[in-house]
Amino acid sequence: MAEIRSLHHRGLGRRTWVLLAVLAALPPLLQAAGLEFYTVVATRILAFAIAASSLNLILGFGGLVSFGHAAYIGLGAYTVGVLMDAGVTSAWIAWPAAMAVSALAAAVIGAISLRTRGVYFIMITLAFAQMFYFLAVSLKAYGGDDGLPLPQRSVIGLGAELKDDATFYWVALALFATVMAGLQRLVNSPFGWLLQGARENEVRVEAAGGRVFALRWQAFVLAGALAGLSGALLANLNGLVTPHLMHWSQSGQLMVMVIIGGAGALWGGPLGAAALLLLEELLSGVTLHWQLGLGALLLLVVLYAPRGLAGLGRKARRA
Amino acid sequence: MDWILITEQLLNGLQFGLMLFLLAAGLTLVFGIMDMINLAHGSLYMVGAYLAAATAAATGSFGLAVVAAIAGTAILGMALEVTLLRKLYARDHLSQVLATFALILMLNEGVRILWGDQPLMLNTPAALSGPVELLPGLHYPAYRLLIIGVGLAVALLLWVLVTRTRYGAWVRAGASNRQMATAMGVNIRALFTAVFGFGAALCALAGALLGPLLAVQVGMGESILILAFVVIVVGGIGSVRGALVGSLLVGLVDTASRTLLPAALRQLASPEVASNLGPALASILIYVLMAAILFWKPRGLFPAHG
Repeated sequence: MAEIRSLHHRGLGRRTWVLLAVLAALPPLLQAAGLEFYTVVATRILAFAIAASSLNLILGFGGLVSFGHAAYIGLGAYTVGVLMDAGVTSAWIAWPAAMAVSALAAAVIGAISLRTRGVYFIMITLAFAQMFYFLAVSLKAYGGDDGLPLPQRSVIGLGAELKDDATFYWVALALFATVMAGLQRLVNSPFGWLLQGARENEVRVEAAGGRVFALRWQAFVLAGALAGLSGALLANLNGLVTPHLMHWSQSGQLMVMVIIGGAGALWGGPLGAAALLLLEELLSGVTLHWQLGLGALLLLVVLYAPRGLAGLGRKARRA
Repeated sequence: MDWILITEQLLNGLQFGLMLFLLAAGLTLVFGIMDMINLAHGSLYMVGAYLAAATAAATGSFGLAVVAAIAGTAILGMALEVTLLRKLYARDHLSQVLATFALILMLNEGVRILWGDQPLMLNTPAALSGPVELLPGLHYPAYRLLIIGVGLAVALLLWVLVTRTRYGAWVRAGASNRQMATAMGVNIRALFTAVFGFGAALCALAGALLGPLLAVQVGMGESILILAFVVIVVGGIGSVRGALVGSLLVGLVDTASRTLLPAALRQLASPEVASNLGPALASILIYVLMAAILFWKPRGLFPAHG
């Protein structure tokens, strides 16, 4: 990297509360405007923002191009689906279980994959994700190719019903805010500095006493767990868990979100998730062939704005 | 399990492996020489199959269809290289993955606009539609034998090209040290374009030949692309020999695990267990193989770079 990047990532500061207030006010506003449907879209954006941020942790901050991140989303979703199939409906059990299952898978996959470098790492993470994809397709007991429908949303108690789209949105928002606050602390901690340092120069961090493998493995596992949480949310949101959640094009889409938003920028994941999903919503309303436009746009971003939306903002502020 | 079934499956595995090799050879050369991950390689295979199906429908000649597919796809490949991919050589792998991922989206959608959502039909040439008796009791489709023959011929041609000609020497020089090759007077830019066009032509050949066996449809490129990547990673990126060994390994393991493994399971376990476990095991076996090889040899079986 020619350009020196600061390892410290400022959050939004006091603006955090303004943003949170605006986001929290969204469901009643949408309802007043007669656009209730967009509450579900907003919840989907929040779920994908968590997943994209988790990928950003290893891809953007860690420099590890994992091409199989959708697997952990899928595993989380399947955990919720399978538990519900077995009669466990409590979110307090199912969602942490989803995170644990995804974290466990990431622990095993990470321990093997992190031995490889560069393209081999990209391909081995892809291969593991494909394994889980095909496993889900061949699990006839849980719907196989057609997927596993959820009879209801998870139950959280405390007088709140996830059945209500607005309540579900607020729960997702609370989780999203917690995840972002946690990630901000993490990337600005000694752990986060070492992780970013290893991205810039692995040998130096190693020589300075940093345990690069352990560092990356921990980040990989944490990212897996967060993706599992996002999967639990998506399973509830869609009311259906399908193998498609783990398809490699989904992993590609997550990478696209991180890149469009800004890899290695704290807000890259949420920005990218919002931009991509809103764009999809918009383009698919205009034309059947919206993927053509999406591809062209992605190409332009890669060629001319490799630092993503967050990078554009930074450039504008400097100019 | 009798020997006829096993021989048949081995031949099927060989046939599939050789077609994988046509894709993997181009992919590994592009990767080895240009250090470029091209996810759109599978889309070129799809374009080749579509061109073949469209030409066959228009002219009724299979031979003409193959020629048209090869020529058209090679031109498309070289055009992409000159206009777009060339800009990506100096970029990191992540940018390459994303840019070629974007190309996949666009090529898929382009094909959908031109030919619609429905799969196209491509028939085997009439002269080759029957079976051939290889050994007493062993009948094998003539068309698949043709594929095996073509695949072996291309493998031989590639071996001669890469190891016995000046062009091959340039390619090997470019793969082992790009700067040094340029310094010694190799025109790397022209070589890159030519290699890319050649890789695209091989893709189209595979697409046209496999067209009658598989459905010609949008998305056909992605499923085989992943397998081709498994092949070159297993074989060692940049090595044509590795691509051949990897292709045959993956082709045989894939075919055998789909047919022989369930049969073997049925003899070991109860029918329910076999019918549930069989397909799951079969579809993940290749990836287990790949993970195992990378675990012990993180740079593949035949690493091309030092």
